[in-house]
Order: sequence, then C-alpha cells, then structure tokens
Amino acid sequence: MTSAGTRPAAAPHLGRATITVEGASTDRIATAPRRRRTRFSLWHLVLMPIALLFLIPFVQMFLAALSPAAELQRFPPPFVPSRIDFSGFVALFTQSDVLLWLLNTVIVSAAGIISHLVLCSLAGYGFARLRFAGRKVGILLIIATIMVPTQLLMVPTYILFANGFRIVNTLAAAIVPWLASAFGIFLMRQFFLSLPAELEEAGTIDGANRWQVFFRIVLPLAKPALATLAIFTLLGSWNDLVWPLIAINDSNAFTLQLGLSNFQGTRQTQWTLLMAGNVVATLPLILFFLAAQRHFVATMTFSGLRG
Amino acid sequence: MFAGAPSAGHPGADHGRARRRRARSLRELLTGWAFVGPASVIVLGLSIFPAGWSFLLGLQSWNGFTDPVFVGGANFAEIFSDPDFLGAVEHTALYTVLFVPMSVLAGLFLAVALNRRIRLIGFYRTAIFVPFVASAAATGILSTYLFDPQYGLVNNVLRSLGLPTPGWLQDQSQAMLVIALMSLWGQAAFTTVIYLAALQDVPGELIEAARLDGANRWQTFWRIIWPHLSPVTVFTVIWQTIQAIQLFDLVFTSTRGGPLGATTTIVYYVYQKAFRELQFGAGSAAALVLFALTLLITLGVVVYSRRRGMEAF
Repeated sequence: MTSAGTRPAAAPHLGRATITVEGASTDRIATAPRRRRTRFSLWHLVLMPIALLFLIPFVQMFLAALSPAAELQRFPPPFVPSRIDFSGFVALFTQSDVLLWLLNTVIVSAAGIISHLVLCSLAGYGFARLRFAGRKVGILLIIATIMVPTQLLMVPTYILFANGFRIVNTLAAAIVPWLASAFGIFLMRQFFLSLPAELEEAGTIDGANRWQVFFRIVLPLAKPALATLAIFTLLGSWNDLVWPLIAINDSNAFTLQLGLSNFQGTRQTQWTLLMAGNVVATLPLILFFLAAQRHFVATMTFSGLRG
Repeated sequence: MFAGAPSAGHPGADHGRARRRRARSLRELLTGWAFVGPASVIVLGLSIFPAGWSFLLGLQSWNGFTDPVFVGGANFAEIFSDPDFLGAVEHTALYTVLFVPMSVLAGLFLAVALNRRIRLIGFYRTAIFVPFVASAAATGILSTYLFDPQYGLVNNVLRSLGLPTPGWLQDQSQAMLVIALMSLWGQAAFTTVIYLAALQDVPGELIEAARLDGANRWQTFWRIIWPHLSPVTVFTVIWQTIQAIQLFDLVFTSTRGGPLGATTTIVYYVYQKAFRELQFGAGSAAALVLFALTLLITLGVVVYSRRRGMEAF
C-alpha cells in the first residue's frame, strides 16, 4: 500500500510477494520448520476450542437454514433442529428473486475474472518487459491509485455512472468497477519481473513477435499468478456490496449480496429464509476455498504484502 | 532487446537506418500501449479522474439535479459543526481502537499457534481461514441472528450458564463491540497469514543459537522472533487501521448505523449524506476528511517506525 514503487526500501516486500505468487511460500506455510513431535501437543488444547469457535457461526448458519421455521421461533430455539427441513430454501426461492440475483452475481464475477485475467496480465507484462514512452509514468500512476480509498470515489463514480455512462440501475454498474484493477496489474507485473528474461529472448530470436512470445511462452508459465488474480477478483466481485448498493435500485439488477442486505429490512424474523439466503451466497465460496485453499492463502499473503 | 545490432556493417545506409529506427520505436510504442492501454484506461479512468473530481465536489453544493454552486469551505464547516459527523468520527475511532489491536494480536497468536507440525493442523488452519470468504452481507445477517437478544445462540448459551443476557447489537454501548468481534471472525485469517509468512522468514540459526545460550521458548520469542517481525507488525497495524476507519459494509448489513446512531461510521455518514440526502458536496467533504485521516495515520506510523529504527518501509 504505502510507498511501493516510490522508494527502493519497499523492495523486500515486493520480493517476498513475488515468491508467494510462485506458490513457494504457501508451501512453506504448510510445512513448519519445527521437528515432528510424537507426543501429544498442548497446543491442541488451545487450537481446538479456537477452531470450533471459528466454525460455530457457519454451523449455526447451516443448521438454522435447514430447520423447520416454527422451531426457530420457539424460545429458546434448539441448536440442532429436530428434523431437516427445506422450507427455508423453498420460501427463499419462491418468495424472492434469489435465482436471478445469483445469476447476476455469477455474471458479474465471471465478467470480472475474465476481464482481469486478460487485461491485467497484458498490462502487467507490458509494464514489466516492454520498453516504450510513458511506461514509467503509467505504472507509477497505477500504483498510486492503490492508495486512493474507494470511499473517496463513491460520489464521483456514481455521478459518472448516472450522468456519463448512464448505466445506473443496470448490471453494468456492478461489472465496470471489476474489469481491471491496479492491484491486478501490479500483481502480474511483479510476477513477470520474476521470470528469467532468457526464456523470452529465445523466443524473440526464433522470430516470434511480442504477442506470440506473450501468449505462447510467458502466459503458460503464469498459471500460479493467474490463479491468485482470479481468486482475488472472485472474492472481491462476488462479495462486493458498496458499488451495487449505490448504483442499483432495480431489483432485477440486484446482485446476491444486495438482495441479501435488502432482506434485512423486510424479512427480519424469517430466520430460516435469511439463513438459506446466506447459505446460497456463501456456500460456493466455501467449497471453492476448500478445493483451492493453497491459492486462497497465496492471494491473502500477496494482498497483504503488496506494499 | 536487441537494439541496433542487426544494422551494423551497412555503410552508407544512414538515412534508411534512421527511418527504420523511427519506425521501430513507433512500433514499440504502439505495441507497448496495446498491451497496457486497456487496463490502464479503466484503472486510471475510474480512480484518478473521480478522485480529482471529488476535490471539486467537496467545494460545491450540489444535489445532482440543479446546477452545482461553488461554496468554498462551507461543506467542511457544515460537517464539522454537525453532531452526526462528530459522532461518526467518534464511533469510527472506537471501532478502530477495538478492532486493530485485537486483529493484530490475534493474528500473531494464531500464526504462532499454527506454525507447527501437529496432527489436525490442516483442520485448525482451515477452520480459522474459511470465514475469510464470508461476505459482509452474510456476516451482518449472521451476526444479527447469533447475537439476537432472545433467539440468538450467544444469549442461549449465556442463559443456560445462568449469566446475564445483554442486548448486544440492540444496545448502544455494545453494538460496536459485536461488530468488531464479527469483523475479527472474518478477518483474523488475513493477519494470521501475514504473520505466518513472516515467521517462516526468521532464520532458524538465530533460534537455535538462542536456545543453545539457554533462552527458554518465551525469551526466544520476545527477544529474537518478535523484533524480526516488527516490520510486518508496522505494516499490519497501518493496513488494519486503514481498513478499520473505512468500516461500512458490516454496519450497513447488521445495524444500519443504529441503535440510535451508535454505530454510524464516517463512511456510513458519507453514504447517508450523498445517497440518502443527495448532498453530494457534504458527502464528498466527509470522504475527503477520511482520505486525509488515512494519509495522516499512515505517515504517522511510518515516521514513528523510522525513528524507532524499524525498516518497514
């Protein structure tokens, strides 16, 4: 965040971040340097309660979503329902446009991820490897924008979307902010800087032009960085609330998060429905996380060490 | 690249060479901007341009329909005499003071705890990391349920233990604490991962040497490992502080600023002013105050850590 690119002192962070992109340091997180112990570790007594504490909100969410509605209105409600009941989901899907919102969110995230992967890897490569006028000013400006908080941009961007692009109340208002990001360009640039230049020079000697070198030689090597970029974009766009909230009032263009937050005023005590909605919004990301935990951790590490 | 190399050894072709060089540099310019142009236009167009505009908006009175009127510093005078804004600053400060130390210390502790090879470590790590994917909307709804005074799990547990059952999110003095706790639930993974990566960078020989000199684990941690982590600590404090003073999502999805405005933050104030009351000028002025605050805090911590000789930035 702070002084990246303006002072060479930031270099250690950048260096470490680059390693992370290659997936190395996540492996190191997984394997601690301590020697393996055979006796029971007292740390279990610390970690087990903490782990359960972190899981309880999700457990409660799933159990409540699968409870008969009447049981949650009882006092006190049981933690584990007497039987599994899908009426919360039925109410959710029949009484609201949640399927439409889910589709909208999938569209926003898919567009964001595809656009990020294409545009940010092109720009990252250009800034890392190509020599052309304006290159240095360009990357400095882009890194500087990481320092500008979204909140400062809310009002002017809303006006721009409303009066300039005229995309307020359409799904485009949720998509446009996720087409590319300074973070994405920076991440890809750091990755390409870490690749040995000889690989590309070999391609250039063989007569390939810059585009062929990029698509045939460089991009296939960039898979770990692209995975990080995709996850960063997925998390941000899937969970985004601020942009849709200020720019979309039409429930046909609601995203899942916007629809959910709108439930709160209108269905305050319909707990099974609310929790079913939470499950629909959260489960895809939880499953994704369980399947690709290593890449998620790499994403978190990089977004922390980006400055 | 291979500048100039191919044309060596062709005397008398100066003119053609210069033209070729110009053509090549034009081609490089076009290729370069073809690579970086689209992403740059989007990123800069959606940040530099609006950021500059917000400075202008802060000096205007505008509701989005009539023509904007230049009012100079009147918006700033207005918000600084508005008890709602001063309250928002206070609530934001309260949240920051609650959340930042908690998240940094929790991250450090969890990283130390998770940085070992024991059975079930994968389960522990997953359990602590997985809330990171929960959105603010989901977390907000979940917290209103968990902390519901009557039907919520938290009070059910307290009740069964015979303890008093507070109002939590419905109590003015406790609502911000609950929001900070739920933020911690979702964000602990972040500081933990940062500290875990940093712990791996502490040279093993140093720890070995300290052990050989007779230091126990506790001494080794505070004398050897902790000083090594200080750049990361400075970074996480700055980062979490910036995140904390920008709190909005979780407030919007749990309390909507209530009860009685007790959880209205600066960004929530911006949202209300600009998008509920359509006072774009006052809203932008409040956002600019937030931006200035962000820069001041960052600068302050950086200067402080330089003085202390910690090479974080």
